[in-house]
Amino acid sequence: MLPKRRILYFISIVLLSLAACKKLLPKAPQEDELLDGPIEGLTPEQKIQFLAGDVAFNEDIFTAQNGLGPYFVANSCGSCHAGDGKGHLFTTLVRFGQSDTNGNTYLTKGGPQLQNRAIPGYAPEQIPEGASFSKFTPPANTGLGFLEALTDAQILANADPLDANGDGISGVPNYVHPPNYFQPKAHHLISNGRYVGRFGKKAAAIDLWHQTVNAYVQDMGVTSEYASSEPAINGIVGPYGDNTPDPEIPSSTVQNVIFYLRTLKTPVQRDQNNSNVIAGKNIFKNIGCEKCHIADWKTNKADIDALSYKEFHPYTDLLLHDMGAALNDNYTEGIAKTAEWKTPALWGLGLSKNSQGGKYFLMHDGRATSINDAIMLHGGEGENSKNKYQDLSQNEKDDLIKFLESL
Amino acid sequence: MKKVLLLILLFINLLFFAQTDSSFVKRTPADTSKLKMNMDAVYNRPFLTMGKFPVAVGGYVEANSSYFGTDGVTEGLSFQIPRLTIFLSSTIKKRIKFLSEIEFEEGGKEINIEFASMDIELHPLLNLRGGVIMNPIGAFNQNHDGPKWEFISRPFSATTIIPSTWSNVGFGLFGKYAKSNLIWAYEAYLTNGFDDKIISNTQGRTWLPESKKNPERFEESFNGVPLVTTKTAIRHRKVGEIGVSWMGGVYNKFEEDGLVLDKQRRIDLYAIDLNTALPKINTYINGEWVWAFVDVPGTYSQAFGNKLQGGFLDIVQPVLKRKILGWENSTLNFAFRTEYVDYNVGSFNETQTNIADHIVTIVPGISFRPSQQTVIRFNYRYHWQTDLLGNPASRTAGFQFGFSTYF
Repeated sequence: MLPKRRILYFISIVLLSLAACKKLLPKAPQEDELLDGPIEGLTPEQKIQFLAGDVAFNEDIFTAQNGLGPYFVANSCGSCHAGDGKGHLFTTLVRFGQSDTNGNTYLTKGGPQLQNRAIPGYAPEQIPEGASFSKFTPPANTGLGFLEALTDAQILANADPLDANGDGISGVPNYVHPPNYFQPKAHHLISNGRYVGRFGKKAAAIDLWHQTVNAYVQDMGVTSEYASSEPAINGIVGPYGDNTPDPEIPSSTVQNVIFYLRTLKTPVQRDQNNSNVIAGKNIFKNIGCEKCHIADWKTNKADIDALSYKEFHPYTDLLLHDMGAALNDNYTEGIAKTAEWKTPALWGLGLSKNSQGGKYFLMHDGRATSINDAIMLHGGEGENSKNKYQDLSQNEKDDLIKFLESL
Repeated sequence: MKKVLLLILLFINLLFFAQTDSSFVKRTPADTSKLKMNMDAVYNRPFLTMGKFPVAVGGYVEANSSYFGTDGVTEGLSFQIPRLTIFLSSTIKKRIKFLSEIEFEEGGKEINIEFASMDIELHPLLNLRGGVIMNPIGAFNQNHDGPKWEFISRPFSATTIIPSTWSNVGFGLFGKYAKSNLIWAYEAYLTNGFDDKIISNTQGRTWLPESKKNPERFEESFNGVPLVTTKTAIRHRKVGEIGVSWMGGVYNKFEEDGLVLDKQRRIDLYAIDLNTALPKINTYINGEWVWAFVDVPGTYSQAFGNKLQGGFLDIVQPVLKRKILGWENSTLNFAFRTEYVDYNVGSFNETQTNIADHIVTIVPGISFRPSQQTVIRFNYRYHWQTDLLGNPASRTAGFQFGFSTYF
């Protein structure tokens, strides 16, 4: 063979290889397999802020040199919410305080949150004697902006504190004192100086600003303009500090993260047309699950156009419900009673295993390791639906679970 | 910085000029006798001696392009000059040698003295070495020159567990003993070492390379406790070489101004390395495995592993060895590398499930050596990276093309 021909063969192989380049790169996961990503319709400026928030949320890792702790639960936002999904028991946090609704009397003793880890040389916090406590597993972040865009009136429309309709389900809002940086919007309704909470296991945070600032300072020991002191530790207010000047992050970082959380997309349901999924959805309605896990909502005008007038399906009413003795941790926040928990959104449930290390850790503290276990833990206002679930045939139970896993 | 780069360019020009004027310059080729072992890698390089100058000079440069994608997202095509290294060696007196190696990384972003030591031979079995030395842990750390390898990227285990190139100021002994077909060698050094950034870094995991960012280690020990590195290796002239090594010390500042701040926390690395060439077919096999044990405080985050392990195995098969495109004795090789690193060996306290945080890599490639000093490489690299929790792996793949040559 002539050298020229060999060279031509070689060049041909190289060109073919280059053409095949993209085929040999990993494909993107299906859109409905992911929880992260922005909502549609953001402007270029909003996309830039989303990306900045994404970096701060998923890539900023705090160390003793840039503000971590000295007492903390986790060293980054992303370590609790891998892929913006539900968290693992490894980053479950502990809140402690009291069992009545008169306010947390342990704030000067380190409450409400236990910082169970510390940078080297510091001793982590311990739960004070006599305090009751509860464990909270990190929730998913998806679609939070849509929940925040709902008006208080929309949430309160489903409240039935006295169970006027006699269905055994009351549903009450948690009213919480706002932090000093809280800026009420037109849709916020005040009641005795308190506002409706909608984020957190007991709906103790009014909006994502409230939730984000708390997470920075309580989960990571990172101070900001909005919460400029390290939390009290082991009964010491103004505990041994770190060497990073406060505030440890700029307000712009907090605002970028808030914007990121507000503009994360909603989960995309999978297998919607599967006959078992459709059957499961009907069972879900028929046994009364949807009385609390309300599927259909629509936003009004929001300050982000992409969130305005949008229908979405979180499967929550954002209200507190008495869940019975098995879920009574003897700890409360705001006016939520000890057995009351905010109805968790079910969207993204089927993808939870992809962020929880391949296993389910469901309910507020991750104690349920399957959807069946989670249903069986329902008591109180969920008792009737649980009993109806128990009466289903195995096929019907399977359909119901298949539907829940499609969310 | 500009002046330094200008000097480097002038120096390289001088080298290239010198290579064309054989009356002025004489190349001392790398010693390829089978007496050489990994520990000899710093001297086993081609050098140029100029006239009667008592100094020999050399160096190598690497340049490559890469096209990578992760889970469907690509950063596009990029070009790198990861390192340009210059050696200077001098025989000061019979059996007294000096060699220095200065590396410019990523186009001059980092300038490191990787090696600068004086060797005094008292006896072949007893040599003194002092200065900036490369700690003899594993084989890659001492034998890392780009032109010696068929792969463009360095192995993860040899750069992120053993933080190659890991060099420190210190003193020690080395020696060799040969009998018949066997050569036995040892090295033992005391040097400055690691610091507490290995568990306080923005990687969010135990990350030994973080200590390389501390230039103070070339002036003083972080905690006053020397890092001990020892290695012993045995080579059979016809079979190959196997080495075992240990590097251990204290990484934290346990005491300051006479005040005890913490207990002494140790870091220990153990490594085994081997290389051999199969007779007749000349398949070259080279591998290394390392285990690292780090005393991480139990009250710190479990994200920082107290045991790490990893390694790589390279197989290089020459398929053509003859005159190719006018180059005498050129070689075409097929090459394959497989790698594994686990940055956190163990299980979560909360769930007793495995902590993942590992990477699996495969790299098939082709290399062409027009001479033994120059290699042109084409690699396809694919790795699966699993997060701490063991969620579905992120997949990264791409193509790399480049060259590396001694000059």
